Amino acid sequence: MEKRMQSNAGFMKALKCRECGREYPLAATHVCEFDFGPLEVVYDYALIKKSLTRATIESRPNTMWRYRELLPVAEDPTVGTQVGFTPLIKADRLAKALGIRELWIKNDAVNYPTLSFKDRVVSVALSRAKELGFTTVACASTGNLANSVAANAAAAGLKAYVFIPSDLEQGKIVNSLIYGAQVISIKGHYDEVNRLCAEIAGKYGWAFVNVNMRPYYAEGSKSMGFEIMEQLGWRLPQHTVVPMASGSLLTKIHKSYQEMSKLGLVTETPWHMHGAQATGCNPISQAQKAGLDFFKPVKPNTIAKSLAIGTPADGFYSLKVMKESHGHAEDVTDDEIRDAIKLLAECEGIFAETAGGVTVGVAKKLIASGKIPAKDSAVLCITGNGLKTLDAVMGHCGQPREIKPSLREFEALLAAEKQSPVNA
Amino acid sequence: MAAKVRIPTPLRKLTNDEEVVEVNPGTIAGTIAELQARFPGIKERLLDENGGVRRFVNVYVNEEDIRFLQNQDTPVKDGDEISIIPAIAGG
Repeated sequence: MEKRMQSNAGFMKALKCRECGREYPLAATHVCEFDFGPLEVVYDYALIKKSLTRATIESRPNTMWRYRELLPVAEDPTVGTQVGFTPLIKADRLAKALGIRELWIKNDAVNYPTLSFKDRVVSVALSRAKELGFTTVACASTGNLANSVAANAAAAGLKAYVFIPSDLEQGKIVNSLIYGAQVISIKGHYDEVNRLCAEIAGKYGWAFVNVNMRPYYAEGSKSMGFEIMEQLGWRLPQHTVVPMASGSLLTKIHKSYQEMSKLGLVTETPWHMHGAQATGCNPISQAQKAGLDFFKPVKPNTIAKSLAIGTPADGFYSLKVMKESHGHAEDVTDDEIRDAIKLLAECEGIFAETAGGVTVGVAKKLIASGKIPAKDSAVLCITGNGLKTLDAVMGHCGQPREIKPSLREFEALLAAEKQSPVNA
Repeated sequence: MAAKVRIPTPLRKLTNDEEVVEVNPGTIAGTIAELQARFPGIKERLLDENGGVRRFVNVYVNEEDIRFLQNQDTPVKDGDEISIIPAIAGG
């Protein structure tokens, strides 16, 4: 297998430790044997530059795979070929509500097929897993990843094991079970699920998308950034607000901006990466606000369960990216998260999951404090769909008013509303 | 009876592929010293140049992260289980 990978690695050159720079073959492996540093894919950018132009990209189908040279598969993708190219919405009403000149929403709440940005990373991880000869795939998940692994594995004919904390939202549990995946519910929070999966991954020969497949998996997130630039008319956004769980998405969107600049596909202009967390699980934002370059793990307690990672693997690199790009981090309470979900829904007609509430709530704070200047333009990354976390807003968004099928009752209701407006 | 350390895959080359190693009671610092005496080179994989646990290494005693306990001063008793685990991406 090793030989095949060496001779046919597409645009990839090797895996490389982010800490010490040691190189490894392009196998299913994720940490450096010497310092446990994460491994990252190294590309042949000279080769990529020869085949990747704006015109080539624009001639390809509207999916994340139009940036295929910058995604870590050796051959054409085989799983999730329809994923990505979600809408970038100019959010004028929300811009007005938050007090900023220009605002965009990158809406992965409607990503295909499982309504979260995780379809991007899973599409890459499973395509690569098939190239490496795996037939069973697995993941540790706070919900969205489990949904995506279950669905994409089903469509690809792979066997799937997904491991989740037992307190997840019903919507996210059903959304994994329906595809016939083996759903293992762990009595503990995500960090405990993670620890168990690290031990399982070492023992069984499975492709764990966020453990031994992580170097490939994580690269899939870059496609969200590539799309943002192309959809803005081939330019870099000034500010990008990204929710942080492990912090991986923030670092990979940053990397996507670096790569497109380096390849000359966009003109390099200053950009700022801002990170959003829930106050009930804020190890990264706490450290950023205190000016530290390391974080202290926390025990999560928040309705934003998809972001409830107390020991964020990319926390250190997220802090570095925010520092280098002169960005900021902030966090919001459960009530602020619900209010922000409602604000986004009422202004733009987009129903985001709790992580989206975190992103909008944090953007509001950063704009109000001037950390994102009101005269600037910002992109907010919405990563998941509100229909999966109904539990979080149920009872907080009003009740339908019930009447008999009678015109008189309806008119009475309208008259009462005039006297004391409900939605003033 | 002794305490047990589960050795993660990246370190098994050092332990001759042993997955579980028994160590004497004491503290995590003592456990790491004992591992180093038996499997030379393992300490520098776990600790940085200042003697702290490397930032991508997580150490657990009976499933609790030592950063929530007393770090390297965390007591290790007979029957305890110690896991050494690389940080993992989310979620």
